[in-house]
Amino acid sequence: MHEVNHEENIIECKDICFSYGQTAILHNIDLAVHRGDYLGIVGPNGGGKTTLLKIMLGLLTPQCGSIKLFGKDITEFKDWHKIGYVPQKATSFDTNFPATVFEVVLMGTYGKRGILRQTTAADKDAVTDALKKVEMLGYAKRLIGDLSGGQQQRVFIARALVSNPEVMFLDEPTTGIDESAQKDFYTLLRTLNRTYDVTLVFISHDHTALEREATEIATVHRTLTYKVNTPHA
Amino acid sequence: MLELLQYGFVMRGLIAGIIIAIIAPFIGIFLVLRRYSLIADTLSHVSFAGIAIGFLLGINPIITAIIASVLSSIAIERLRTSKKVYGESALSLFLSGSLAIAVVLISFYHGFNTNLTNYLFGSIVTVQQSDLTMIAGVSAAVLLLLIGFYKELIYISFDEDAAIVSGIPVRLINIILIILAALVVALSIPIIGILLISALIVIPVLTALQFRKSFQHTLIIAEAVSLLSVITGIIASFYLNLSTGGTIVIITLACFIVAFALNSYRPSSHTDLATP
Repeated sequence: MHEVNHEENIIECKDICFSYGQTAILHNIDLAVHRGDYLGIVGPNGGGKTTLLKIMLGLLTPQCGSIKLFGKDITEFKDWHKIGYVPQKATSFDTNFPATVFEVVLMGTYGKRGILRQTTAADKDAVTDALKKVEMLGYAKRLIGDLSGGQQQRVFIARALVSNPEVMFLDEPTTGIDESAQKDFYTLLRTLNRTYDVTLVFISHDHTALEREATEIATVHRTLTYKVNTPHA
Repeated sequence: MLELLQYGFVMRGLIAGIIIAIIAPFIGIFLVLRRYSLIADTLSHVSFAGIAIGFLLGINPIITAIIASVLSSIAIERLRTSKKVYGESALSLFLSGSLAIAVVLISFYHGFNTNLTNYLFGSIVTVQQSDLTMIAGVSAAVLLLLIGFYKELIYISFDEDAAIVSGIPVRLINIILIILAALVVALSIPIIGILLISALIVIPVLTALQFRKSFQHTLIIAEAVSLLSVITGIIASFYLNLSTGGTIVIITLACFIVAFALNSYRPSSHTDLATP
């Protein structure tokens, strides 16, 4: 097992502010995520959780402040394969899209491979490994839209894992998933964090679950309140 | 059947038709899945204005159609991404605007004539040797680019945000997609016609989607439906003296109806494509 430097800053947000038109969403946000952290982000609807996550991923540009990923300013950051992203399933996924589980997970290798380069046997092996990790290898040939919510979410995790990311961002991934699938899902994340040293940034409405699982909790409601948490799972 | 192939214009029409039948659903699958289907219609009307300019200036109308269509596709994409105009409103703006320009230009050009009617509804006699060379050359470039950006186009079509996060240059790929769509539309006009081209881009894909297969298989089925419709459509239109574009589209539509009916009888958990 390689040495893990838990002091290393993976994400650093300084003085972030963001508004949609005249409506201020985020104000003076400072946040540092270290290697190996399991950061839970909670807060009310419209409080700015998803906006903050999108800013950290470069999907939105803040009006002020700076973001560093792995020590590099986000505008100069190129190592996107180090980042895995599991979106909010309900809003970003067309269940009629004609793609098998294998094809969906393979998409996770495309950014790493670079444009105009074709898929290799190593990419296909990586897909198989990622599906094994989330216990979905048996579903490789099934259409993504034919799976249950919990199974689909595992596939999205596999897609995020296939490029061997060092940090994973998850945006309310348990929405619409039944209780037993949620339990399995949290167990999987715990394994990724504790066994594979994957840093996690997890947005959720479920404060209780994050109190149980996360090592840090940030509450976002225009500003940010941060606390170190002792997970009891 | 062999007697048909002895006519030079039929051979040219058939070869051009087969080329178009291959590239139309290839671009169509990405347009349909990204809910961009209507852009084919808009670009075909823009091409109409390009064709009218070609007639007026005495230039090969396909060249002017390509130029008008490509320039407009870039403008549409910029307008859409500026978020100052709704996406579908940008399409409507270009569709009606270019149609108005075309109609005004045609009035300078002694009104409608047979040539123009052929471009509107498609005809195998429209395809000249120079057109065929251009269609083959540009289509080869379109096909190579589609193959080159295949994986990026799939990812962006499935999940644009995740594609951005993985480092794919989404804005560039979107521009490439829309330019390729413009080229396919302009090239297809001599065979299918301005008013029917969007059908060949969209309907084979909708037919293939009814089978609920993997992405790769969906594309193969769409290609098969498109080739079948174009080849049988050209042959039938020759023997029955029908409009080529109209015959091709009716056959494509028949394929869709059969696939849709088969799909309706098949037990499935997700068949409602209207639900995003």
